[in-house]
Amino acid sequence: MKVNSSKLFILTASVAALTSGLQSCNSSSAGSASTNDAASKVYVAPGKHDEFYNIVSGGFNGQMSVYGIPSGRMFRIIPVFSQHPENGYGFSEESKPMLNTSHGFVPWDDLHHIALSTTNGEHDGRWAFGNANNTPRIGRVSLSTFRTEEIIEIPNSAGNHSSPFITENTEYVVAGTRFSIPLDNSNTDVPINTYKDNFKGTISFIAVDQATGHMSIDFQLLLPGVNFDLARAGKGPSKDWFFFSCYNSEKANTLLEVNASAKDKDFIMAVNWKKAQEYARAGKGKKVPVKYAHNVLDEKTHTATSTMINEVLTLDPKDCPDMVYMMPCPKSPHGTDVDPTGEYIVGSGKLAATIPVFSFAKIQQAIASKNFDGSYDGIPVLKYDAVLHGEVQKPGLGPLHTEFDGKGNAYTSFFVSSEIVKWDIKSLKVLDRVPTYYSVGHLSIPGGPTKKPWGKYVIAYNKITKDRYLPTGPELTQSAQLYDISGEKMKLLLDFPTVGEPHYAESIPASLIMNNSKKIYKIEENQHPYAAKGDNQTKVERKGNEVHVSMTAVRSHLTPDNIEGVKLGDVVYFHVTNVEQDWDVPHGFAIKGANNSEILIMPGETQTLKWQPDRIGVFPFYCTDFCSALHQEMQGYIRISPAGSNVALTYSTGTNLPAATATSTPATTPKSSK
Amino acid sequence: MKKIINCLSILIIALFAFACNASTNEAQSSTENTESVGGQSAVQDDESQKDIVKVAASSKDHSTLVAAVKQAELVDVLSNAGPFTVFAPTNAAFEKLPKETLNALMKDDKKSELQDILQYHVSVGVFKPEMLQDGQVINQANSKNITISKKDGKLIVNGTATIIASIPASNGIIHVIDGVLQPQ
Repeated sequence: MKVNSSKLFILTASVAALTSGLQSCNSSSAGSASTNDAASKVYVAPGKHDEFYNIVSGGFNGQMSVYGIPSGRMFRIIPVFSQHPENGYGFSEESKPMLNTSHGFVPWDDLHHIALSTTNGEHDGRWAFGNANNTPRIGRVSLSTFRTEEIIEIPNSAGNHSSPFITENTEYVVAGTRFSIPLDNSNTDVPINTYKDNFKGTISFIAVDQATGHMSIDFQLLLPGVNFDLARAGKGPSKDWFFFSCYNSEKANTLLEVNASAKDKDFIMAVNWKKAQEYARAGKGKKVPVKYAHNVLDEKTHTATSTMINEVLTLDPKDCPDMVYMMPCPKSPHGTDVDPTGEYIVGSGKLAATIPVFSFAKIQQAIASKNFDGSYDGIPVLKYDAVLHGEVQKPGLGPLHTEFDGKGNAYTSFFVSSEIVKWDIKSLKVLDRVPTYYSVGHLSIPGGPTKKPWGKYVIAYNKITKDRYLPTGPELTQSAQLYDISGEKMKLLLDFPTVGEPHYAESIPASLIMNNSKKIYKIEENQHPYAAKGDNQTKVERKGNEVHVSMTAVRSHLTPDNIEGVKLGDVVYFHVTNVEQDWDVPHGFAIKGANNSEILIMPGETQTLKWQPDRIGVFPFYCTDFCSALHQEMQGYIRISPAGSNVALTYSTGTNLPAATATSTPATTPKSSK
Repeated sequence: MKKIINCLSILIIALFAFACNASTNEAQSSTENTESVGGQSAVQDDESQKDIVKVAASSKDHSTLVAAVKQAELVDVLSNAGPFTVFAPTNAAFEKLPKETLNALMKDDKKSELQDILQYHVSVGVFKPEMLQDGQVINQANSKNITISKKDGKLIVNGTATIIASIPASNGIIHVIDGVLQPQ
């Protein structure tokens, strides 16, 4: 098929016409140039990658979710504190221990905040921490496998909201109580209206092992019975300090809507954590009996184990001078955020008409000169004016959270006036404001809480969706919005729906994560006790009334796929090993009547589904993840006989053929079990 | 071959013309979405209970307040989830103010002052009449306090404005008052 030059000319001419047409088309819609600009700024061409990972808390779904920025495309849901039938997390025998607590198995929680690990105050792409708000826990997710690797319960805590915020080098993750309570080891059966006498707040400092990420509670601070809301570590000059917002300094135990909003000022609590650590090392603390679970996933056995711990070290500020100070902060502060330089601490009183900005240098001076305004439960209160850099006047209504762009600007979210307001940290002048649709809660700038914000965008996580998307009945998706902050004025680029109810989120450059992303688990490293690393290792073993099936999954069969000799009353454990060593070839496993879920098994991994047959019969099982052209052939049967039946335990794949007839050759008999 | 190329050219041009139209339309509709959309008050919803703004807007006695709320750009704020307690002066209450004062407040250069006054009529939180106590101090959205007093079974704000009715709304409560509160 040869094209001569005249024909080529025609083709070229039509392409030229097309090109000039494109130009005229663009010029005809010049009036909406900014909108075209918005579309191009969030457009990630098919097959191309986003610039940032956005790790988003799932709120009441107990999970984290992963999005791309600027496209707003969702890539993955990572179950942390909630069972996830989609992949068997919290249903498989291996992952159940991850959800163990001192209250037993807790299959749900409310994950509010994300903290991405940092080194020297900058994102390092190792881990994402998340908090369980309801049954106090901290979870750690690997940013290599995007799986929950560890969960630690927090004793002496209730409503773990002021959490999980981290120090500059991820030395500590903190966990502060929203609800003060009678401490676990005290007389806990007390009238609720004795709150002022019997209820205490605590802040836990959880040490993080830098090699493994493993968490352990180093010490807890025993604090007044306020509500701790949010927190941030200092950085740079303030790196040894931690700042916690406190509301309900009234210590109300009922109708907080009114009774915790009475005082003009509550507090931001400043903790010198280095000093606390020294006190802990110097034996100033007291070990008290408690009970909490520590759950760790072993990547080699693909199995989590849960250990109960019975003691925690507590530090009382009474015994530890110069460790804790209170700074007055107007009207129920919610967010407390530290700017990239570490000098400025922003308090957002959610009922306040101003935003106070505190100066770390002034805090140090006030402490040195004992410029106190009395004390609160024995903790020195620093004079407001002495520690104040200044107030942002009339910024908006209902300030909640502040993030930073690294260029001297702060961005604060306002729930009531439904906007993001940009202001200058030093001059405290409001520079710009944009509406959010509707009622923004948290906001997030890539690297916003670090020493080195990446800037470029701010994402609003809105609390009210109403008419932003096609309606889906009374229950709606939550709405996030992406704004361009590269210029002087903020520009709305994109709405994108999210799962669960996002609270805080962080974004990190893709380049810090994607190259470490694990593709497969090496089969030779699999140390699961029931792993079958090849069809020759498959087996079915009876241990009393337990039947353990070591099964392999490979495109496109399960081995064994015919199992007989299991009886009513038996409990069957399907230990399924995906023997593939190929990226993005998971297999799934499900069986009729299972009272739990399916399991998804990644290449090289072993996962176990427990199944208790409830009736006599033949039950099918199959691969649930479309793995190959013959996925639909990837199935098998298990026969359940009556209790006391003498059907022999046998298992096979490909050999359990119909009995020989006169015209066919005899089939080989299936393997019988040991 | 020539025929094929010609057909192809026509097809390309036709496709392009279509794409051009489509992109223009898209641009126009997203311009509307990003630039000229209203806030929460613009949500079309006749099924839900009325919010504070809608309740006030449906009251003939509050047309001055509603006009002031619009001028102060607080319509979307008060359509928000809240919850709010709004002390809502009647038209008669506004008429007690010197006419020139009111007219001046409605001018653009006094917007900040008007916002301050109106925000002084709003508390974040629901204060039902039975929760209001003699001597109670409530901090308002503009950061200044009001004081409640009780006299002959009547609730009075700052000693000057009497609560004459209380109306629940989806996002809070309206206390109708017979005087305009002055930020102190």
